Amino acid sequence: MKIAVLSGKGGTGKTFVSVNLAFSAGNCMYIDCDVEEPNGHIFFKPQITDSHDITVDIPLIDSSKCTGCRLCVNFCKFNALAYIKGHVEVFDDICHSCGGCSLLCPEEAISERKKSIGKIQSGISGNVTVVTGILNPGEESGVPIIKELLNGKNDGDIFIDSPPGSSCTVMESIRDADYCILVAEPTIFGMHNLKMVLELVNIFKKPHGVVINKTQGEFPALKEFLSGNDIEVLMDIPYDNELGKINSMGLIAADEILEYRVLFSSLLKKVYKEAGHV
Amino acid sequence: MIAVLPVETNNMGACINISLGRTPFFLIYDTNTNHSLFIENTAAGSQGGAGVKAAQLMVDNGADVVIAPACGKNAADVLMASGIKIYKSSGCSIKDNITALIAGTLEELSDIHPGFHNHGGSGN
Repeated sequence: MKIAVLSGKGGTGKTFVSVNLAFSAGNCMYIDCDVEEPNGHIFFKPQITDSHDITVDIPLIDSSKCTGCRLCVNFCKFNALAYIKGHVEVFDDICHSCGGCSLLCPEEAISERKKSIGKIQSGISGNVTVVTGILNPGEESGVPIIKELLNGKNDGDIFIDSPPGSSCTVMESIRDADYCILVAEPTIFGMHNLKMVLELVNIFKKPHGVVINKTQGEFPALKEFLSGNDIEVLMDIPYDNELGKINSMGLIAADEILEYRVLFSSLLKKVYKEAGHV
Repeated sequence: MIAVLPVETNNMGACINISLGRTPFFLIYDTNTNHSLFIENTAAGSQGGAGVKAAQLMVDNGADVVIAPACGKNAADVLMASGIKIYKSSGCSIKDNITALIAGTLEELSDIHPGFHNHGGSGN
């Protein structure tokens, strides 16, 4: 079963929730899809067993065959090609690796070369397999890495730490999820961003529930919105200074503090029940 | 010399546009004959890579120089590879900038910015 943890904004506690859930579940896999700044490994400190590059295909132009017809330049909807002084120039950063230009070229002047955009590291931490996607700084899109991270991972329980927001990388990370946990802060900003991811999980028709993190006093608007829309609140996690300290030391709360061990075991049970886990 | 300027509307009274890639129009001005031509910027609505496409348009229209308030890296790469000089515009007036170009008082644009990518909110 695949359980994805996502949120509309960064810093709400996706990694906190997904790491602690995976730790509590045990005998499972934790996949960090937040490839722009993966940090689940800071908590799990896995022993790395494998690391390999992820590449994308970028067009390679053979100028000796190019007749300057510009079919490729005009075809590219991302404008990654330009025709300058008799040569086709490729803008790697804009290219989406669709391969269209090489298919289209009537002179067969376009082949493809591999370009590394990041890597995937796998390792073991206790009885949790930790898989981390790392996008190279400056790269435009982490989607190819997330595709590869989730490719062929079908066995056992898998906890997916999604990227923040509701863009393509998030969609890719929840595509095959059986259940989505949405982590939200009880603030106006947090609620606004929660609505965006709610829209997304509804489009993908994913069963979902909400974890409200860092509750401090009352914020009735969020609860009213959730109950008014029949959205399950899985858990309220109160704001706790101690938790901040534990996290800043890179420790797993459910491993360190009994109260959190109980809390995450209970959250895990609820999630399994909601998701129809057998 | 052919000068190309990003402009907000298609007349000589128009203001120079802040964006080279997504400006609605380009003015193509021949300083030898004082002929002027306005063309629509077909790159303006691009999902991405507007700078590259707009620069291609300027290259294809025979630009020798471009006068703009700013220029992104991708557009600058295309323009420079084509040997086109990029000058920094001074104020909004088309006429003042062309006069300054001819008088040789415009400065070359040196601060190429990394671009305003993903400002369409589409993400990718």
